Amino acid sequence: MNILACVKRVPLTGGRIVLTDDERAISTRHLGFTVSPHEECACEEAVRLVEQHGGSSTVLTLGPPEAEEQLRDMMAIGVERAIHLVSDGSESDPQATAAAIVSAVREQGFDLLMFGNESADAGNYQVAVRVAYALGLPVVTGVKAIAVLDGGAAVRCEQEVPGGRDVYTVPLPAVVTVKEGINLPRYPSVPGRLRAKRKPVESTVAGPVDARLEMVRLRLPSGAEKQTQVLGHGADAAPAVISVLAELGLV
Amino acid sequence: MAILVFVEDAGDELSQQAIAFGRSLAGDSDPLDAVRITNDGAGYAPAAWAHALAEVISERRPAAVVAPGSERGNEVLAHVAARLDLPMAAHCTSVALGDPAEVVRLRWGGSLLEEARIHGSPVLLTVAPHAIAADGVLDPAEIESVAASEEPADLLVRVSERVPSAVAGVSLADAEVVVSGGRGVGSAEGFVALEELASLLGGAVGCSRAVTSAGWRPHSDQVGQTGTKVSPELYIACGISGATQHLAGVKGAKKLLAINPDGEASIFASADYAVIGDLHEVVPAISAEIRKARGS
Ligand SMILES: Cc1cc2nc3c(=O)[nH]c(=O)nc-3n(C[C@H](O)[C@H](O)[C@H](O)COP(=O)(O)OP(=O)(O)OC[C@H]3O[C@@H](n4cnc5c(N)ncnc54)[C@H](O)[C@@H]3O)c2cc1C
Ligand SMILES: Nc1ncnc2c1ncn2[C@@H]1O[C@H](COP(=O)(O)O)[C@@H](O)[C@H]1O
Repeated sequence: MNILACVKRVPLTGGRIVLTDDERAISTRHLGFTVSPHEECACEEAVRLVEQHGGSSTVLTLGPPEAEEQLRDMMAIGVERAIHLVSDGSESDPQATAAAIVSAVREQGFDLLMFGNESADAGNYQVAVRVAYALGLPVVTGVKAIAVLDGGAAVRCEQEVPGGRDVYTVPLPAVVTVKEGINLPRYPSVPGRLRAKRKPVESTVAGPVDARLEMVRLRLPSGAEKQTQVLGHGADAAPAVISVLAELGLV
Repeated sequence: MAILVFVEDAGDELSQQAIAFGRSLAGDSDPLDAVRITNDGAGYAPAAWAHALAEVISERRPAAVVAPGSERGNEVLAHVAARLDLPMAAHCTSVALGDPAEVVRLRWGGSLLEEARIHGSPVLLTVAPHAIAADGVLDPAEIESVAASEEPADLLVRVSERVPSAVAGVSLADAEVVVSGGRGVGSAEGFVALEELASLLGGAVGCSRAVTSAGWRPHSDQVGQTGTKVSPELYIACGISGATQHLAGVKGAKKLLAINPDGEASIFASADYAVIGDLHEVVPAISAEIRKARGS
């Protein structure tokens, strides 16, 4: 099976978000970068499926030159090949992102195209569905378990819903979006990291496009600052905690 | 210009919020249509639902299509957007129609807002959960039923089976009290004290991603942007630093108590109550105090 996983480079925000002066991005002066946990799980799942059923795994990103770091992170956990659609780093809307991915993978004959259920930053919930329509493939979203059936002719996918799991069985090739929890991604080993460093990355330049969902400005939600009541230090605070629990009607 | 609301299920809260959002958009002057898709008891099939909805849209040409911010609301609308080659904005908190339309939407699971323009008509959007209150109960007679498509290509992806989950204790999403642990708990065994406190309070145990990544707890216990969203009366955060992605899952909590030895931890900025200290001392002391108060 030839499996593709698509990931997006995003800043790893900590306890407080700070915006750039033009309010169009998160200030990353003191931040690292990562991908969504959903996407990391998509890569891990791709590696496991190839380990079990043969074939090869590929990771793809559309992003600035620095996004090569995320491709190498994913190769460090075992993805074999990487495709980088190099952009100028400006926000690409979901239609343009899907179009860029489609033109890069159309001729590549992937059996399974994996995505995150939603990107960590934009959360558009749609790039994978758009890719599926453009390629004429079935798409299952929010998947928490995948099993390959009939020697690679189909996959059985489970999706969490209130009260249980819904099961879908779809023929391959297909598009699947996954959620964190489908697996526990392995920690990259030192040899894995070294190998990933030396591997080639296939890169092509992605041209700028007009956004139809056009980001204008970012804004922090006006969360009223909380008045924090310090109940005490260490174990001595226990009686004060009980008073609060009693006030809230919990004990 | 008419507004069309996609109703996932007449009774569910997010669909009701979508209708309320649609009503506020339509105002007094514009018609509001609410549509649900039926498929004669056959399993949910996103493409078949979207195909039917896209036909309604092409016939009636509404100014905007509003869907609930649920998994299926987002999924069906994304299918509609792909079919009609239109832009779509997920998790909107407000919209001003026009050319282009202007929306405010959630990013980072609600930790950040985005102002955006939508170039395309009709405007396709889903409503951010709990951004608007459902305005009263809806008369089911006001919701039109439209049959799902039966084209074989639309039925390739459909629910073939529902596996019910094993019922076990208080569910995290519905718990009145959540006792949640982070990296500061230090080990899987460290959670025994948190479980004890949770059971004394009739609550559930949650955790941060640092904990699930370490393999100390299953992902089903994870609270946050890529975990469960909780809405308890009280959330007790033990050894959690307060990353925005964790807090994205706690926005529904009425009160937050944080236990952390680091007075500078950002969790305290979101906390109603603070205990500065080592959770390994504080949590058992709270449990002991509850037992003492109950005389057991
Ligand atoms: C896209 C994305 C999605 C994410 N989704 C989630 C999510 O759904 N949920 C989530 O939780 N995270 C999520 N994360 C990860 C998040 O950014 C943080 O890395 C994570 O929440 C940190 O967990 P933590 O607070 O337990 O650990 P840390 O940040 O390491 O904090 C540990 C805290 O424990 C305190 N401590 C240490 N010892 C003690 C002690 N003895 N007693 C009391 N306190 C002590 C320390 O002072 C510190 O504040 C996501 C990240 C990304 C990029
Ligand atoms: N710039 C990108 N490069 C590669 N894949 C992406 C990009 N943006 C989004 N995706 C993929 O599409 C999924 C859904 O994104 P979204 O529609 O933005 O929520 C993500 O989880 C990724 O798998």
